[in-house]
Amino acid sequence: MSALGKLVRTTAFKLSLAYLLIFTIFAFVGLGYVAWNAQRLLTDQFVSTIESEINSLSDQYRFGGLRRLVNIVERRSRAPGAMLYLVTTEAGERVAGNVGALPPGVIGRTGQFETLYNRTDETEARPDMAIVRVYLLPGGFRLLVGRDIEERRRLQEVIYRAFFYSLLFIVVLGCVGGWFITRRVLKRVDDMTEITRHIMTGDLGGRLRIAGTGDELDRLAQNLNDMLDRIGELMRGMREVSDNIAHDLKTPLTRLRNKADEALRTASTPDELKSALEATIEESDNLIRIFNALLMIARLEAGNAREGLADFDAAEAVRDVAELYDALAEEAGVSLTVSVEDDLPVHGSRELLGQAMANLLDNALKYGSAAGGKPQTIGVSAHRRDGEVRIAVADRGPGIPASERGRVLERFVRLETARSRPGFGLGLSLAAAVARLHGGALLLEDNEPGLRVILAMPLKAAELPPAPLQSAA
Amino acid sequence: MRILIIEDDKEAASYLVKAFREAGHVADHAADGLDGYAMAEEGDYDVLVVDRMLPKLDGLSLIRSLREQRVETPVLILSALGQVDDRVKGLRAGGDDYLPKPYAFSELLARVEVLSRRRSSAPSAEPTIYRVADLELDRLSHRVTRSGQEIVLQPREFRLLEYLMKNANQVVTRTMLLEHVWDYHFDPQTNVIDVHVSRLRAKIDKGFDKPLIHTIRGAGYMVRVGQEGDEE
Repeated sequence: MSALGKLVRTTAFKLSLAYLLIFTIFAFVGLGYVAWNAQRLLTDQFVSTIESEINSLSDQYRFGGLRRLVNIVERRSRAPGAMLYLVTTEAGERVAGNVGALPPGVIGRTGQFETLYNRTDETEARPDMAIVRVYLLPGGFRLLVGRDIEERRRLQEVIYRAFFYSLLFIVVLGCVGGWFITRRVLKRVDDMTEITRHIMTGDLGGRLRIAGTGDELDRLAQNLNDMLDRIGELMRGMREVSDNIAHDLKTPLTRLRNKADEALRTASTPDELKSALEATIEESDNLIRIFNALLMIARLEAGNAREGLADFDAAEAVRDVAELYDALAEEAGVSLTVSVEDDLPVHGSRELLGQAMANLLDNALKYGSAAGGKPQTIGVSAHRRDGEVRIAVADRGPGIPASERGRVLERFVRLETARSRPGFGLGLSLAAAVARLHGGALLLEDNEPGLRVILAMPLKAAELPPAPLQSAA
Repeated sequence: MRILIIEDDKEAASYLVKAFREAGHVADHAADGLDGYAMAEEGDYDVLVVDRMLPKLDGLSLIRSLREQRVETPVLILSALGQVDDRVKGLRAGGDDYLPKPYAFSELLARVEVLSRRRSSAPSAEPTIYRVADLELDRLSHRVTRSGQEIVLQPREFRLLEYLMKNANQVVTRTMLLEHVWDYHFDPQTNVIDVHVSRLRAKIDKGFDKPLIHTIRGAGYMVRVGQEGDEE
């Protein structure tokens, strides 16, 4: 696209053009009005001068007849001024007056009209314009009284010139102004295009310049920058996750491979081979579990699971899961206390909430054992507070130090104290993702002693707000 | 039992055919949706195992077409998509069960056997009383007795026993129990189900000579008249 073509296509250029057109029309209308009024005023003045002249001449004629009229005309014709007089015979021969040549036929007409004429005392041949009135006198004589309107013509010329120059001025100024504004805007847009193209080619670190004027381009640039920040964040997250996946899957994969290898080399009896194979299958199952959990978290975070959501009672769902885990807790010598408020309608997925709860209860059973072998309790509760449902799973274990609470929500993060126990470090991440899908958040609190995990989500509303992006800690 | 496996992955299909035959069933294989549709319509199969993604005619459309043709053979959908809404879509299309890949064959076998039994039992109403040996469960009065002695069960324990007895002499896996008794489809990572079953077992089998609730190693549970040697 040529530079001019690009310029012509910009919004700024089109706007300038529109303004130019509007101003031109205004100038035309304004000047036209003034010109028309001035012309009318002058003409009125001329006509009234002619009328008063005729009145005085007709008085003279009444008193002194044609002779007196001729004398008066002769005298007045000699006086300097723009007034024109002429008395002719019926044939059109001049008897008195300062009008020389007239176009043929003019003197034959009567009444008021405009005509070209030449003065008798003028040497140049160029005729001028005049307003004249012609009267028929007794005896076939004619009287012409008129006024030169050269002034009016000159005024007209001045106005036309003003017209022309102001138009020229408007067009030039408009074009130059439009050009500058367009150039300025275009430059910024070009800069933005350039930077975004640069960013698209891989340099995600680039950001658009903010001019600081707070105009729409600034706002656009700010939004684009925010978007880039978000994309960068997601990319970092992705990279982190893939690094973690690579790392965390390599370990069990290697173990799997080694076990198979070892069995192949050393196992000799069918029983040994069988148990090696069983171990292999167990390891693969673990891998599959990790994969599934990761996929699920990824899907939840991408918001894909949103379509399958429905209204359900969180109270019932929480009681169901608590009941599911009650037997297990009892087996482990843990008392599970359940305190659930009735009727907690939410919009979401009972299945996913159940899974999140199962993860939290699993964690509480695994890591929440109290020091000193005291009988352990796990509290499950669900209450409404400020338009939210707060589902809490609280244990009396060692808890999680405040500084670590943000970190444990990340994928694959396992605290040192938990390394020795089974798990993949995905349970809390999944629960947090489920909370976000429901428009809520997962909060970790001190249970003094122990850990209290709160899954907060809004009570049933018409629609879910977009999930907050950062993990709440 | 005659099983039709509609699966385009040759390796997975031959593994399934072999495994089903080893388990004593007749298994046929169709490699694409159209072949599968033709075979399912003509052949008298007890269960169809349908992969969700198939060439020529995808799994869900195949099931929908079969149901439109009033072919009511139970269908188990195999899918690499294991999310909640995928399951719902599959069942809505006319599938009877849904198993995400990868799966353990024991899980698939147990589910297929339960599906086929549902077919062979008359489509008329289920019996109101389930009986296994001297154990009786009355679905209407919610009473459970063994040798005439009443056993008091919690509601959930009742549903657990009901499902086990409905599928007596069939292997029922842990995920099947979680699905049918608790209505959850996720994979319980701990032995939550085992604990519930052992509680139930304590109420049902304690004090009686012949245990009725059996653990099937590597697969799940089964209610039947005891055979020694299969216990853990």
